[in-house]
Amino acid sequence: MTVKEARSTDLAGTTAPASAPGRHRAVPAPPQKGRAWDDVPRWQIYVPLGVYLLFTLVPFYWMLLFAFRPAGSTSLVPWPLTLEHFDKVWNERAFATFFQNSLLVGVASMLMTTVVALAGGYALARFNFRVKQGFMLALLCSQFIPGALMLVPLFEIFANLRMINSLGSVIIAETVFQLPLTMILISGFIKNVPMSLEEAAWVDGCGRFRAFCAVVLPLLRPGLIAVGSFAFVHSWNHFLFALMFLSDQGKQTIPVGLATLMGADSVDLGALAAGGVVAALPVVIVFAFIQKWLVTGFSAGAVKG
Amino acid sequence: MAQAAAVAKSPPSRRRRSATPRRLPYLLIAPAGLLMLGFIAYPVISVFYYSLQHYNPTKPWRNGFAGLDNFVTAFTDDPDFWSTLGFSLQWVVVQVVLQLLLGLGLALVVNQTFVGRGMARALVFSPWAVSGVLTSAVWMLLYNSQTGLTRYLADAGIGSYGTSWLSDTATVFPAVVTAELWRGVPFFAILILADLQSVPKDLYEAAEVDGASRLRQFLHITLPHLKDAIILSTLLRAVWEFNNVDLLYTLTGGGPAGETTTLPLRIASIAVDSHDFGYASALTSIAFVILLFCSMLYLRLSKFGGDAK
Repeated sequence: MTVKEARSTDLAGTTAPASAPGRHRAVPAPPQKGRAWDDVPRWQIYVPLGVYLLFTLVPFYWMLLFAFRPAGSTSLVPWPLTLEHFDKVWNERAFATFFQNSLLVGVASMLMTTVVALAGGYALARFNFRVKQGFMLALLCSQFIPGALMLVPLFEIFANLRMINSLGSVIIAETVFQLPLTMILISGFIKNVPMSLEEAAWVDGCGRFRAFCAVVLPLLRPGLIAVGSFAFVHSWNHFLFALMFLSDQGKQTIPVGLATLMGADSVDLGALAAGGVVAALPVVIVFAFIQKWLVTGFSAGAVKG
Repeated sequence: MAQAAAVAKSPPSRRRRSATPRRLPYLLIAPAGLLMLGFIAYPVISVFYYSLQHYNPTKPWRNGFAGLDNFVTAFTDDPDFWSTLGFSLQWVVVQVVLQLLLGLGLALVVNQTFVGRGMARALVFSPWAVSGVLTSAVWMLLYNSQTGLTRYLADAGIGSYGTSWLSDTATVFPAVVTAELWRGVPFFAILILADLQSVPKDLYEAAEVDGASRLRQFLHITLPHLKDAIILSTLLRAVWEFNNVDLLYTLTGGGPAGETTTLPLRIASIAVDSHDFGYASALTSIAFVILLFCSMLYLRLSKFGGDAK
């Protein structure tokens, strides 16, 4: 894909996501009616899609079912509806606290990741400097470094910094492991903004920073929202760092709370399901918000580099 | 017009501003660089360092230089090392292959034009956003022996009451594989769908004029175009699946009878339960070298970035 193509898909995709694929289809080929690829018999679409939808949705439905039906019921519809399980996890099982902690970790690591990656991404996109190649290589290599296998040394580091049992440790760890990919994506977005726009602003008397804020940043907004949302979803979901670095119950996050519910000797399925719904809600909202950018965002940045 | 002239002259003006820009790129990458040095590079080095040490905070009298003792123990004196490594490989291969095939199929389906496509995409991609722990929770509800799927299947006359697929060594593997597929397939579907958007449409038209069947169009146009994306996404996913411990840790805890313990899961449990950080670091180093070696081999064998495009 050329730069120009990448830019057009990216910008079109991020500003008008819903129309992007359709637009693509429409532009190059007026006689598309006759294409076999589009003439797939309907059943060949709907049958596999239906089967897969069933596989995707039954587990979700099962969770809602258990969360909303009374304990001990075996009905396959959540009726009569009850909120007892939610009351239990939220108040008795301290999910209110976990929710706050997860939110704090998610938002803080999202902001840190985005800001730090924005600075680094700008340097990678706009400058040639001596360590650039090496730095890019380090970014790529870091993708192969397992966060899970770094637990022991990270634990040591945070213990030395006296940050064990503080949310700061988790925020830093999440940020660090998301930085490389985020930076690669953002530098791709910045490369897609024509240099001439920025230069025009310099000529008009803006400094580099003001020109960046006034010209580049508004164009990056869709991309930044997408990578910021990825960062939020990742830290919201991540389990191992919180499990290892936070031992105090009042400091734990939602995934750890869920795991605790599952680890009990006799699992309270209703509470587990309600906890699952609480855990899913924010990411489902974020997902509904970004899913249209997902496809175009990845095609512009991630795989194509 | 003046503006156009100024724009044309802008490269020199950029150089004139370069009093700050000389240091600027370094300042800009400094935060990221320092964070990565401190929290990625340093831990990697210290893992290698600790792997050569006896290091266990609960048994300080034994701490000290160990040479290659930890590695010798792993290779000759720890049957669990080989069995967990074997399970890790099985897990990665099965997951990546199935996720790729299903993800590719799904991407091809939702790439068609049909009524309700936007909604269908949102729904089938949605498990992508869900965490490993939540996936465990959801599938634990489905698999539980009292009120899970098996109960309703037994009601319908299939199987017997009180069976749990997770505690039976014969069914636990397909059960956890299914749970992980539920969450993992959307990743491939999203990436492949993204790449499908960039296949030049005129290639299909030309192929059709030549009378190529849909299967042949797929094999000769679509697949070669997707090659690099597939190689890269399978590699990233393989590494990710190898390292990912959330789901197995919470769904089976590595059981029953250690049947579903991967190497990282065992490393985590050594570090958490017996605090033998030296040995855990040695296993980590081994895992690390295996990953690196397999990644290089895979990229070499698949001729990544080669002829296809």
